[in-house]
Amino acid sequence: MAELNPVSSLNPTDPISRLNPLDSSAAPLSPAQVSEGARTGEAGGAPAPAPAASPAPDGRGASETVRPAADAAAPNGTTRRPLLLRALGFLRGRKAILSLLLALFVETCWPATGRHPPVDREYLRLFLTLSLAFFLAWPLAVRRRPEAGGKRLAGDDFHAAAFLLLTIYNMATSKLTVIPAIFFPTPDRVLAVLVEDFGYLVVTCLGASARLLVAGFFSGALAGLITGIAIGFSKPAAYWLNPVIKILGPIPPTAWIPIVLVAFPTTWAGACFLIALSVWFPTSVMTSSGILNVQNAYFEVSSTLGARRVYQIFLVGIPAAMPLIFTGLFSGACASFLTLMTAEMVGVKNGIGWYINWQREMLSYANVYAGLIVVALTFYSLITLFFKVRDRVLVWQKGMIKW
Amino acid sequence: MVAPENGFPATVGTAEPVPGPASNPSVGPAEPGAIKIRNVGKTFATPDGETVRALADVSLDVGPGEFLTLIGPSGCGKSTLLRLIAGLERADSGTLELDGKLIESPDAGRGLVFQNPLLFPWLNIHNNVAFGLRARKVYGREKNLVAQYLELVGLGKFGRVYPHHLSGGMAQRASLARALINRPRVLLLDEPLGALDAFTRMSMQDEILRIRREKRITMVMVTHDVDEAVYLADRIVVMTPGPGRIERILTVPFGRPRARNTDDFLHLRGRILEILDFAGHVEGPAYQI
Repeated sequence: MAELNPVSSLNPTDPISRLNPLDSSAAPLSPAQVSEGARTGEAGGAPAPAPAASPAPDGRGASETVRPAADAAAPNGTTRRPLLLRALGFLRGRKAILSLLLALFVETCWPATGRHPPVDREYLRLFLTLSLAFFLAWPLAVRRRPEAGGKRLAGDDFHAAAFLLLTIYNMATSKLTVIPAIFFPTPDRVLAVLVEDFGYLVVTCLGASARLLVAGFFSGALAGLITGIAIGFSKPAAYWLNPVIKILGPIPPTAWIPIVLVAFPTTWAGACFLIALSVWFPTSVMTSSGILNVQNAYFEVSSTLGARRVYQIFLVGIPAAMPLIFTGLFSGACASFLTLMTAEMVGVKNGIGWYINWQREMLSYANVYAGLIVVALTFYSLITLFFKVRDRVLVWQKGMIKW
Repeated sequence: MVAPENGFPATVGTAEPVPGPASNPSVGPAEPGAIKIRNVGKTFATPDGETVRALADVSLDVGPGEFLTLIGPSGCGKSTLLRLIAGLERADSGTLELDGKLIESPDAGRGLVFQNPLLFPWLNIHNNVAFGLRARKVYGREKNLVAQYLELVGLGKFGRVYPHHLSGGMAQRASLARALINRPRVLLLDEPLGALDAFTRMSMQDEILRIRREKRITMVMVTHDVDEAVYLADRIVVMTPGPGRIERILTVPFGRPRARNTDDFLHLRGRILEILDFAGHVEGPAYQI
């Protein structure tokens, strides 16, 4: 149904969603499609009442059919189903809210064991309330702006499961304390660290990590691009550089740490070099492979159009290799995260990796978890940003390649 | 040089003694774009170490503004000859000249269109067509040409579209516009319509003739399609393989526009098939009542 199919309803021109007779949000249903839907309902066993099968023949747009479709979904061919099933049908699209209510109920009405150190404020309850407000406000915000009609909050099941997991963890720690309190702090305490230690955690530590990551990633990516382009376009460069890449590339960057710590004047420079190295290898391999795989005919065409060598490199070879270059940069980005964390844990006396390791040594596991959450959110944002940039650059690939 | 041989029975039309430009009054003889090929030979090495003589001692003249088609079975060296004219390959022996200048490397003055449109997928149609202008660093001055040439091939509204959205015929039109925007003296066509369906192909043939009339360009086209050769060409060069050489040069004695279904047309078509030994088993009269 439309409710469970956010992908197809986001793209009304998608032929599959247009052909799907049950997808009422993609396009106003034609009478033939409606009867098709009704027949499908009958095949299911229960005779479908006529009004139930026609939530959208009035031709309303996708945004307005969101709620009616959800409401109509339950009675569609299920008039004699038990009350429980009907209730489940009604809750379609509202599971996250239900899960949040459960979490709030557990947090508020179930007393803690008291074996965890208390926190100053009810951070978890505040967090759950804010989340609840967000999930309640989202449909209203969507309805306010019809042009964003298709843009519903996808992944209801996932959000519900996440909050359920949080509730289970909350019960296992704060409410029952069935797992060791010192290694598994309550969500309340982790949130407390995030809020109270925000300045040091995010501004100081994350800022230091970001400087190192940016310097390492961009110098490594630049070096990788230059190496890859040289290998792709120059035979001598390929002869000399290919063996070097084959020998040095597969060595995990972290294996260089003993050498790098003594070879570089500062640990910061050493860590920067390690990150650059971990980005350089996949980027150069993928760039050269991308350029070598460009159909020779493209170069021939461009030469008959009057393009000289340099022009061919920058306006044929590199754009054609872009999809593979991005694959290389993506692998490089993932490797650079790994290298950054490792370098900060063993050498650099600053940054979020160092913070996590330091707090672990102090047995402050709430801070360790807070650090991990900051790391996860940061890297998630960076990867999302990366994909946005890639989609912008590779707009010509839309509908051709997916990864 | 192989003498242009008419090879045409007197019953069919009146063969003109001077081939090419004279048969097309719209193209003046002073237009540049004359190709002179003298004793050209080309040998390729196969991966097994053997050598294949793709072309042996080929000589040919193409007049300014002439429409010449190269036809023959695969392996006869017609594509190789075209690539030599384009400058994508170097001849082992002999010389190729365009308007008295030796052909040594690819050049914007000789446009080339392949069977595969080979539009750059990362550029939209406007930028694909503009590629030649940018490559010659004249885009700033001449960018209004892009719209003009898109209009010429009937793609005026498709400038912002990316190549993978175009049908085969439209992509080939864009490819034509991209080659033509450099205003080449010679347009080389390597089976440009080979991948299109029969009806699209016929309408594209008319399109090519219209463009030729408007732009007065010498055109050399490689084709497998005898009908296409007879419909389009001023002269037809029939080539045979092993080694690739020119078997016969036929002058097409019809003016334009041409009809595809006249007896003369079919006769010339049959004549070419006979030369190529593809006429089938003919014994006695074809029809018996």
